[in-house]
Amino acid sequence: MSLTTSSLVAAADLAITAIKNAKNLEELKAVRIEHVGDRSELAKANQALATMPKEDRAEFGKIIGVERARVNTVYDAREIELEVERDRRILEEERVDVTLPGRRTPVGGLHPLTILTNEISDLFLGMGYQVEEGPELESEWLNFDALNMPIDHPARTMQDTFFVEPLTARLVLRTHTSPVQVRTMLRQAPPIYIICPGRTYRADELDATHTPVFGQVEGLVVDRGITMADLKGTLDHFAQAMFGPEVKTRLRPSFFPFTEPSAEVDFFFQGRWIEWGGCGMVNPKVLKAAGIDTEEFSGFAFGMGLERTLMVRHGITDMHDIVEGDLRFTRQFGTGRV
Amino acid sequence: MKIPLSWLREFTPVPFDISITELESAFVNVGFEVETIDVTGADLVGPLVVAQVKSIEQLEGLKKPIRYVALDCGEDQLRYVICGATNFAVDDLVVAALPGAILPGDFTISARETYGKTSNGMICSLKELRISEDHAGIIVLAPASASVGEDAISLLQIKDVIIDLSILADRGYALSARGLARELAAALGLPYNDPAKSVDASKYAIGTAGVQAIIEDPTAVSVIYLRTVTGFDTAAQTPIWMRRRIEKCGMRSISLAVDVTNYVMLELGQPLHAFDRDKIDGALHIRRAGSDENLETLDGQTRKLNPDDLLVADDKSPLALAGTMGGANSEISERTNSLVIEAARFDPLSIAKNSRRHKLSSEASRRFERVVDPSLAELSSARVVDLLVEFGGAAHLASAKAGEPRFAPIIEIDPNYISVLLGTEISLDLVESKLTIVGCDIEKISNTVWRVDPPSWRHDLSTPADFVEEVARLVGFDAIPSRLPIGKQGAKLSPTQQRRRAASISLANQGYTEVMSSPFVSAEQMATLGFVGDRAKAFRLANPMSEDFPLLRTHLLPGMLTTLQRNLARGAKDVSIFEVGSVFRNTTELAIAEDISTATKPTDSQLAAIYANVPYQPTQIAGVVAGSAELAGWWGNGRKFDWSDAIGAALRIIEETGNTATIQSSDFAPWHTGRCAELLVAGKAVAHAGELHPRVISALNLPQRTCAFVVLLSELPFHAVTRATPVFTMPAALQDISLIVSADITTEAVIAALKAGAGELLEAITLFDRYDQLGDGKVSLAFNLTFRAPDRTLTAAEVSAFRESAGAAAVTAVGATIRS
Repeated sequence: MSLTTSSLVAAADLAITAIKNAKNLEELKAVRIEHVGDRSELAKANQALATMPKEDRAEFGKIIGVERARVNTVYDAREIELEVERDRRILEEERVDVTLPGRRTPVGGLHPLTILTNEISDLFLGMGYQVEEGPELESEWLNFDALNMPIDHPARTMQDTFFVEPLTARLVLRTHTSPVQVRTMLRQAPPIYIICPGRTYRADELDATHTPVFGQVEGLVVDRGITMADLKGTLDHFAQAMFGPEVKTRLRPSFFPFTEPSAEVDFFFQGRWIEWGGCGMVNPKVLKAAGIDTEEFSGFAFGMGLERTLMVRHGITDMHDIVEGDLRFTRQFGTGRV
Repeated sequence: MKIPLSWLREFTPVPFDISITELESAFVNVGFEVETIDVTGADLVGPLVVAQVKSIEQLEGLKKPIRYVALDCGEDQLRYVICGATNFAVDDLVVAALPGAILPGDFTISARETYGKTSNGMICSLKELRISEDHAGIIVLAPASASVGEDAISLLQIKDVIIDLSILADRGYALSARGLARELAAALGLPYNDPAKSVDASKYAIGTAGVQAIIEDPTAVSVIYLRTVTGFDTAAQTPIWMRRRIEKCGMRSISLAVDVTNYVMLELGQPLHAFDRDKIDGALHIRRAGSDENLETLDGQTRKLNPDDLLVADDKSPLALAGTMGGANSEISERTNSLVIEAARFDPLSIAKNSRRHKLSSEASRRFERVVDPSLAELSSARVVDLLVEFGGAAHLASAKAGEPRFAPIIEIDPNYISVLLGTEISLDLVESKLTIVGCDIEKISNTVWRVDPPSWRHDLSTPADFVEEVARLVGFDAIPSRLPIGKQGAKLSPTQQRRRAASISLANQGYTEVMSSPFVSAEQMATLGFVGDRAKAFRLANPMSEDFPLLRTHLLPGMLTTLQRNLARGAKDVSIFEVGSVFRNTTELAIAEDISTATKPTDSQLAAIYANVPYQPTQIAGVVAGSAELAGWWGNGRKFDWSDAIGAALRIIEETGNTATIQSSDFAPWHTGRCAELLVAGKAVAHAGELHPRVISALNLPQRTCAFVVLLSELPFHAVTRATPVFTMPAALQDISLIVSADITTEAVIAALKAGAGELLEAITLFDRYDQLGDGKVSLAFNLTFRAPDRTLTAAEVSAFRESAGAAAVTAVGATIRS
């Protein structure tokens, strides 16, 4: 065969035209065999170089290289173009309605009281409080006597407290989580920083705002130099964590046998004062019953109803929803989104 | 306690322009919860006058009785009005609204034509004036109790402010006008005039002419006064002002003698009782009931007495349940003209027990329980005599006294303790002024030692902390700054708490929803679930909310199945719920609890006894599933929950705690005897899971194939920190093996045999197919075996030999046949 510059350029031009005319990857593959592969004009020219005079080889070799590169560049570009086109077509063919409900495992969730308890526990853990728990069926001595509520105290009547047979064993369903405070003080020397969340019981009929089985969280601090200012600061922090940074608290004088001074704590939320719980400085009589030196240590305690906190925070108007275990209610809360 | 502001003004000059909000804040700030504040008569405009009926003309021919009445309203001429009431007669004093008056409800009175007559005003009932709901007829005033033409708004004290307060248990003194006026004066910084100080008891001499008092149980009463009066006018009426005050406090006016005792109780706080002297045989004894059997009380009930009841009795028989309610046998009647007034300072506990035993909470018992000022027995009884003399024409015959009042001791305090505990500096002058306001007498020994004598009505001021509270509430809690204390470093959840939280969140993420079911169950529920052994040993409540559910749960399932039923009844189809909670079993011998003092820390052995008597209350975590595990949808058919879902969930809880369980078949109730797994950790049963027994399902009307699991979360062992096993990176070799075994061979046993035979290079074994339609009581099981060596690529020959060895072990151990 005769190698001329013009024939090499013409072969390359022919190849480029064929590449550009290929409509899909299959056609491009056929073009490749004819114009780019080993049997193409340019490949054959390359093989023919060996038979050429030495003095011409360099020049023709260079021309062949340039033309093959020109063809390859166009080929590569066209191949990418056609691949993109093919992918687009396939993806379009596979299009689905993504608004169909996604396939998921069934939705579950934690009870909102659990979520709230977890959140309060985490808050106080961050403040250096241990979370303490104790038995729900509890000794009367720990539930009442040790808290300066002697045998004749009105709260110890059967109207308020569930007693368990035989009465001689003096077991009650705890009416508050305070016996956990007592157990902790009896077991552990101050400083004490604890919260006690848990289930508590009082003989109230179930209605929109009461339930015989309810949740409580109490806090107890016993340390050197603890004052009522510490109590106020802690309650402020707690209330703001529960109801938002704008929330204000107020203390109103009250009476509890286990604290002196005693106060009710209210918070101002959505335009009104709402009763939240009781609090006060731990009555020295209670500290003494736990063997704590009242000359050296003082303390504060507080207690709130979990249901009330939950109801106010989430706009729940009926206690039945919290108690009855209707999944439609509980699932609104997930596993604890805030 | 309801109290009219007009009464409080008698003892402290509350400004007339005080707003309701200011009044409420004043009480709230010093520790009194305000239930309501009711402004009465605000929308009533006069003229409202006292009128005398001069003539009555009954109009004829009407469907209802209508009277045309001539009234003397103190004007120049008689006024004629139409009236539909019939409870009055000529000469009676009535209350008339004259034209121009506006009655509550914006009802303007004007002269109008009706029934062919001109009605020039209206005769009023209590309801029309909003004094009470009593609509029995128009108001008829007692003869000579008012003068014709007098302003009835002021006579009937219609315009007032009624404050309803809830009184805390330690503030019995505030159940009176005297106590509340003192608190209001302290809150508003006003002067205060103690009504008890204006009573002169000395004029009623002690003597033997009247009924005598005998204290038989000195623990039950410290002091008692009896004052005998004679010549009481049986026709005497209660003055209108007294009657109105009693009514405003929420009590009813009964008769002058009774009203006077109630009035003085409301005024000073001392409950009093009036006996008919002629019905008393001998002296009055304060004693326990002992062998007495019955007493008919004033409410008409015959009460069976408890030997410990505290009584007021004469020489022969009980006359009253002391401090609680009088007896019918000594009740004063309309013929009583000789009275004995009793005022005592009873032991609060004795009265509380009287009241509770007989479910009888009276105005008297409520005050005695909250402790009455011991100085009042003398003063209040004298005050009653004063009023009986003034309004009932009675004469004091003689008074008797037994016992002596006991006052709270003087307390030594360091006044600086108040600032220390409140966390803010309060000057000693301020402390002194606040303690003086509440009635304390202070003797200052030094700047650090004060001897404080609390007032007679403040039994609750007995420790230094009590004085802190007094100062705090009068200074105001707002004065205390807010400071956040720093707790202890290193606080974290206990392993038990972490485990409970992790297990709960895991179940929630698997689609289970947490419930908190009722812990109160019935014997029927337990029987339906077939509980025996420990699970049948439930604690019984002495006072359940409902006799239907008197037992404490021994297991979570009864309550959870009720919650499941409730959800199904409300239309739920696919339910998966879980619960974490304590269960209670009456399985240990309970000791008789001892009385243990709280004056000091109990001894170690006392504490050990207390703790030992509280039963162990394990924590269970349980789940119940019914309906679809995977929902049907556009993607295809769903899948129903079955026994293996329950077992899988229980296994997962156990494995997530780092434990490994072995599984064995069980016939544990309430599960299906052929579909119940017992899961064991370290040889101990810690869980049951599977399908519920068909009888339980039908008895409770649950969906077919309802399944459940219960794991004893608190029994799962804790483990030390995980020690890592290296992972090998050489290629794995896979082998399949199919076996045919008898259907009564458990998969667990087959796997155990294969593992034993496969050798130590077996990495994993997975059952990938199970076919039970072979007939002949055989099943086919197909397993993947994965082998891997730590240090080399296994050869085909090696792996094939492992497989054969595994198969041979299965043949030997469980009688398997290897399928080719």
